[in-house]
Amino acid sequence: MTALVIAEHDNAHIKGATLNTVTAALATGADVHVLVAGFNATAAAAAAAQIAGVAKVLHADASALENGLAENLAAQVLAIASGYTHILFPATASGKNVAPRVAALLDMAQLSDVTKVISADTFERPIYAGNAIATVQSGDAVKILTVRTTGFDAAAATGGSAAVEVIAAAADSGKSSFAGREVTKNDRPELTAAKVIVSGGRALGSNDKFMEVLTPLADKLGAALGASRAAVDAGYAPNDWQVGQTGKIVAPQLYIACGISGAIQHLAGMKDSKVIVAINKDAEAPIFSVADYGLEADLFVAVPELVKSL
Amino acid sequence: MKVLVPVKRVVDYNVKVRVKSDGSGVDIANVKMSMNPFDEIAIEEAVRLKEKGIVTEVIAVSCGVTQCQETLRTAMAIGADRAILIETDAELQPLAVAKLLKALVDKEQPGLVILGKQAIDDDCNQTGQMLAALTGMPQGTFASKVELTADSVAVTREVDGGLETVKLSLPAVITTDLRLNEPRYVTLPNIMKAKKKQMDVIKPADLGVDVAPRIKTLKVEEPPKRSAGIKVADVAALVDKLKNEAKVIG
Repeated sequence: MTALVIAEHDNAHIKGATLNTVTAALATGADVHVLVAGFNATAAAAAAAQIAGVAKVLHADASALENGLAENLAAQVLAIASGYTHILFPATASGKNVAPRVAALLDMAQLSDVTKVISADTFERPIYAGNAIATVQSGDAVKILTVRTTGFDAAAATGGSAAVEVIAAAADSGKSSFAGREVTKNDRPELTAAKVIVSGGRALGSNDKFMEVLTPLADKLGAALGASRAAVDAGYAPNDWQVGQTGKIVAPQLYIACGISGAIQHLAGMKDSKVIVAINKDAEAPIFSVADYGLEADLFVAVPELVKSL
Repeated sequence: MKVLVPVKRVVDYNVKVRVKSDGSGVDIANVKMSMNPFDEIAIEEAVRLKEKGIVTEVIAVSCGVTQCQETLRTAMAIGADRAILIETDAELQPLAVAKLLKALVDKEQPGLVILGKQAIDDDCNQTGQMLAALTGMPQGTFASKVELTADSVAVTREVDGGLETVKLSLPAVITTDLRLNEPRYVTLPNIMKAKKKQMDVIKPADLGVDVAPRIKTLKVEEPPKRSAGIKVADVAALVDKLKNEAKVIG
């Protein structure tokens, strides 16, 4: 058995989610190979070779692979898929975009957001916004998975010494092209990798208030900032800060929910956090049912006070 | 240009589902069902493109039990011109749905297929991508903005870290994210009009598609419960608990 992990990278560095995916791949009991498909991505391939547990790195380099377009990346995976029993992607925007395309081209089913590997063909995954956990078994010859990164520890980024093999790059599909990127400016820890997250909801009232009230607390704790769907929809915070079923899934050491009621949608994204703190003036808010520590108070008073006492 | 919009009937997003005690699945008997919220956004987008004059016909399609007709009537009340139900009692997984839709795409030849990014029941986020693969179309997933011209479409996508824009040749597949639009409310006159619109009912066998599930669900369980927390009196007590009991801050 050999598993292929599709690395997520920016052509220079391997992204953290790849490390969790390698751990999931190792849990199937297979040898683990990593594909680094990109453009001028030699540094990323070298970094992948350092990951503990990786037996081989395959490196495909072409301008068509620079931006991870689904059509081209799927064709690249397909070109080398034979011989692999498992193909794993991190369950990030990129992995979710490409994995089903690969699965359909191979005529295999795909398993999304796997949280646990029980055996080489049996896995756990959450359904209904995390309100139920399904144990599922795939009868297909190739198991194609996306891996929920919070379900697995990160593999060590160093200590490995895999060989890097350069492989032929797949041709450009010609059907799609990359037109531009608008990156949210963020000098904080990445949301999905942060140890502490300070998250705000609709109660913040405006983008100015959101930043004014929550930024000092996040600064003090070295935390990432997150938001509920309501806060994002109201324009208080950028889209990619959304924590929830349809946003980011996080599991930090400490999650501080400020002015968030705690809808099912939101809880699905954060209820695996180690310690949850809720600050809300509504005593009946559902968030209190999952919070380890609840503070019933006006967040505009409580949060500045909290900043002062830290 | 025709647009095809697949819609799914799912447990209403406000319902807190219960796991059956025998572990065989989730209890959906007598539970309120609705159109998957992402699919409402997909229909809305297709109807807006029609209102702009670029699209000539919007076809809604659903796969599943007879009651999916209600979901299709809702789609037509929002503004779809006609509907197709691929009727079956069988359990349908994304790959099977993608194959059924592929057969319809071959027949109807739409310029664009717009789907929701994921269904809120199985949370798979696969069908659009699989359909794109099977039809050989390019894909614009997690769309928050769609700019359609006669021969291409620019899709702004919600990705980790921000937004990115891809340009796709037509025909293409798009899946919707939450921020694409705000679906309109259906009005009573439009519900009445939707009853008169055409709905064709076909079977998977008519399309020559084998829908047998490829993934077996062994059991379904409740997620582990969090132990009950406590309420603290004030900020000082909170800081004390975080420092000395939970030890998550220094």
